[in-house]
Amino acid sequence: MASEVDVSSDWFEALIGGAKAPLGEALTIVERGGPPARALLNRLHPRSGNAHIIGITGPPGSGKSTLVNELAIHFANLGRRVGVVAVDPSSPFTGGAVLGDRIRMRRASAHEGVFIRSAASRGFLGGLARTTHDFVRVFDAVGYDPVIVETVGIGQSEVDIWQVAHTPVVVEAPGLGDSIQALKAGVLEIAAIYCINKGDLPGADAKRRYLRELSARARDHAPDWKIPVVTTIADQGQGIGELASAIEDHARHLRETDRLHALEHERAIAEIRACLQAFFVDAPLAKARSSGALRRLADAVAAREMNAADAATAMTHQPSSDDFAAEGNA
Amino acid sequence: MKDGIIRVLLGKTTMEAHDRGVRYLATKLREAGMEVIFMNFLEPQEILDAAIQEDVDVIGVSSSVEGHLPVAREVTRRLKELGKENVLVMFGGVIPERDFAPMKELGVREIFGPGSSAESIVTFIRNNARRPHVALT
Repeated sequence: MASEVDVSSDWFEALIGGAKAPLGEALTIVERGGPPARALLNRLHPRSGNAHIIGITGPPGSGKSTLVNELAIHFANLGRRVGVVAVDPSSPFTGGAVLGDRIRMRRASAHEGVFIRSAASRGFLGGLARTTHDFVRVFDAVGYDPVIVETVGIGQSEVDIWQVAHTPVVVEAPGLGDSIQALKAGVLEIAAIYCINKGDLPGADAKRRYLRELSARARDHAPDWKIPVVTTIADQGQGIGELASAIEDHARHLRETDRLHALEHERAIAEIRACLQAFFVDAPLAKARSSGALRRLADAVAAREMNAADAATAMTHQPSSDDFAAEGNA
Repeated sequence: MKDGIIRVLLGKTTMEAHDRGVRYLATKLREAGMEVIFMNFLEPQEILDAAIQEDVDVIGVSSSVEGHLPVAREVTRRLKELGKENVLVMFGGVIPERDFAPMKELGVREIFGPGSSAESIVTFIRNNARRPHVALT
């Protein structure tokens, strides 16, 4: 080992005192999982619960990263410390990933009040969900508020990730066809704000009409909150203040209607679910993959010698804390 | 590496129009199972900000314009100040050979010229990147 990161009380004090290098290291610890992650999260959990969590999702090409860049700077200029979790899918084949969100977040990255961390799915969507929850927890516990989570939001799992947010924002852009309809219905239903980015492009009006219609229909589900439709041109910094006010309005609405309490409960369930997925799906899969058992069982199922349910049962066993470590290293 | 996936920060200056080499390398590192954080930078401080926030194991800087020496000096100096000298720093691109020795003296571990294969870079990273050992006390 080249060196040791000493997770001593000095390190912990520096972390909660706001130092950036320990924060980067803390995020690595929780991402890798295992007993160190658990120990650290146990210490941070009681300190968390103060941050407003903003989810930004939308189809590729809608300009999410540029929007997050501007939004982060906006809040940081108000003297707040802003955490950003930029989630990208990784290759399911090699576990590798190219994370390019920082290219569009150059200005935010350089801002003293902004801390951006990229996360890849590392082959397991459940792991990604858990990592995202944990990243948010770390940011929250050390005083970042708001925390912005950016994800592509297409698969069912991304919906879960996105549910860590108090204020989920769906971003759309003209010229992407009916991409929003390709999103899972659930994504639109849990949105608190619709944002049309690249609002200067032709087709913005049609998108606006469509989203207003959706907003009106969504009132059947949540009659006390009218989903605002905000137009932005993120690469020119336009509409960012309006988007930020809509986010603040929603935060106030949650507090005043006591929806916040119910939401925290839902978020806890989503987080427990992510842990279940990590412990009972990802960990046994990773273990079976590295031992070769998965290959043998899959061959048997493909050859019709065994059915999938029996194969899954053969991989099931009582999880232990070792599994948590195995899942962390998957 | 049992400790986890190797995270690599790959940066090129905003001045460079030609980024095919870096992009190709990024793809190769991904295929080798690494996580690559891709960025453009103007000032060395931007590399350091990203390296700290992303807690990377490796910093790779592509330089095909002048200015690699001051960048190397600033990056290695700040890493030492932050107690992060275990981060592997490498450079690539068009760098005159006379600068190799002074850069290595600063703490740049390797310099890959235009003819370097992606495989040799993957091997170099695998052999030299070390995840810091984390023990919670």
